[in-house]
Amino acid sequence: MIAESQGFAGYLRRDLLLAYRRRGEVASPLIFFVLVSTLIPLGISPDSARLAELAPGIIWVMALLATLLSTETLFASDYQDGSLEQLLISPQLLALPVLGKILAHWLVTGLPLTLVSPLIGLMLSLPAAGLLPMMASLALGTACLSLIGAVGAALTVSLRKGGLLLSVLVIPLYMPVIIFGSAAVQSAIDGLNWLGPLAVLAAMLSAAAALCPLAIAGALRLVSNN
Amino acid sequence: MQLEGANGAGKTTLMRLMTSALQPTSGKVLYLGRPVQDCRYEYLDNILYIGHQSGVKMILSAEENLRWMSPASTSAAEIALALDAVGLRGYTDVPCYSLSAGQHRRVALARLSTSKAAIWYLDEPFTSIDKQGVLNLQHQLEAHLQRGGAVILSTHQNLPIDGLRTYVVDPHSDIGLPL
Amino acid sequence: MAAGRNWNWFHRMGSPRWFYETTGRWLPWLWVLTLGLMLTGLIWGLAYAPQDAKQGNSFRIIYLHVPASFLALAGYYLMAIAGAIGLIWKMKLSYMVMKSAAPIGAALTFIALFTGAVWGKPTWGTYWVWDARITSMLILLFLYLGVLALQYAFHSQETGNKASAILALVGTVNIPIIYKSVDWWYTLHQPATIKFTSAPSMHMDMFQPLLVMIIAMYSFYGLALILYTRVEILRRERKSSWVRELALRTQPAQVDQ
Repeated sequence: MIAESQGFAGYLRRDLLLAYRRRGEVASPLIFFVLVSTLIPLGISPDSARLAELAPGIIWVMALLATLLSTETLFASDYQDGSLEQLLISPQLLALPVLGKILAHWLVTGLPLTLVSPLIGLMLSLPAAGLLPMMASLALGTACLSLIGAVGAALTVSLRKGGLLLSVLVIPLYMPVIIFGSAAVQSAIDGLNWLGPLAVLAAMLSAAAALCPLAIAGALRLVSNN
Repeated sequence: MQLEGANGAGKTTLMRLMTSALQPTSGKVLYLGRPVQDCRYEYLDNILYIGHQSGVKMILSAEENLRWMSPASTSAAEIALALDAVGLRGYTDVPCYSLSAGQHRRVALARLSTSKAAIWYLDEPFTSIDKQGVLNLQHQLEAHLQRGGAVILSTHQNLPIDGLRTYVVDPHSDIGLPL
Repeated sequence: MAAGRNWNWFHRMGSPRWFYETTGRWLPWLWVLTLGLMLTGLIWGLAYAPQDAKQGNSFRIIYLHVPASFLALAGYYLMAIAGAIGLIWKMKLSYMVMKSAAPIGAALTFIALFTGAVWGKPTWGTYWVWDARITSMLILLFLYLGVLALQYAFHSQETGNKASAILALVGTVNIPIIYKSVDWWYTLHQPATIKFTSAPSMHMDMFQPLLVMIIAMYSFYGLALILYTRVEILRRERKSSWVRELALRTQPAQVDQ
């Protein structure tokens, strides 16, 4: 009876509404992204040529950290107010609402990051050839990062200081994504074929979208035992 | 059916096992004679569980929360009526973080009016609600039983309801519950 | 539970007590085997194998480095499989094995990295090189550390075990992806001037002690795993009667003296 309203679409809509109500909080990863990108010239050098060399990697690392920060709270509020428990006893497959939540999360973190990246690219002297590949790779990559991060968030949701542990768990799993993400941008800048690495990113995204919800569902059932 | 037992005896755990929020390490839960795994959708679609935590989202209003927790076919009028019945008239549009704990409880209990589930699992439903609320809830429970529904609740209160069976939950003995 | 033909042996194997008593019988042999193989491999490799044409004597570190790397990777898979068995069949013993495999694997990964660094200095002039193998090993170390951290993060032993098992499985799926990615990343950024190991083109005289060392390392791993698991069993089952009996049996001997 409740089932129809609480599937993939239901949770997607609800999480978007919740994010909208917490707009300030939700904007922080984006602001973080912009702020730390400013640290780089301050910490290294304002020299355009040097920045251009490092730009793809830096932007990717910053996007990764910003996504990591935001993943911490993916399941936290649901765990605290009992919504997670209700989710566990709902009749449909747990994987679907979970995907809805993650999509909402990406729409609210990964997508803004992707859209702001040309601005950051400009600030860090990213060559023009790299701008489109940067956006494409970030779009696909941050979706991957949201999915993988959600696995870590599910495993650590019941822990008090889960944030740091989440980073420890999830960063090794992030490494392939950043390798291919920044390689796509760098290849484009060097005039090589950048669709190859992008295709690999797409493949990773498909695999993650298929497998992560299962791991997340298992982890959520597990940690609600506390 | 009323579950009784000392604090920590395992009433909440038992209820969570029955609603499949928790998986048993051994043994099975049967619904109408079949293991819950086999008729999962049927069973879970037909139950309502209100646990210790209210399941109420603080930044949504009472009306939004109730709409989320009710079947899709519930009309706005029914929702308004349900909130009215628990004494929240006038508070329906306010975000729940500005309501008291007792009022959160009432939002959760408003589900009982809009739900079409046949089996209700209520874990300590009388916490934080006042005398009028207790009476209201009792009436609702009786009405539900009259309609042929089932209620399993754990509470320390005495409930003058016809046909109420009591089971004592004791971690040191085996419990056999024919449901 | 699983009534039926041959599953009894499987479930009997799941009993910690059975494991403890059976391995107790095997241990002396396992010690002998491990020490024997290790000594043979080490002496042969370090003292008797011929010098390498280009690297002189410093290449001998591979007799520790390569077996450690092998086992580090194999150990992760073993840990993940133990976790999977624990999750699927809810076997306590399996979780104990998984829990024991984590620190051993992490230590071996560290040894592999350390010996790799020791090898690197005389050979390429630097302790650390961001090449494909070393970087993959480093990431493997992080994966191990993650599993270890998760184990101990929960109040409830059981939740910690299950969470680690899930993480270990997620890591297992990722390991081939990580290795391939890092490999690709390395070839993208570095011209292939130096080959890390020339294992396939190794002379038979150098290869044989390596083989012995690899087998020795497997034996060592098995020994360490069994020892760790036995300790874990005693720790977890310390309230049970057979452990108490065991403790009492070993006590009086000391009291008499």
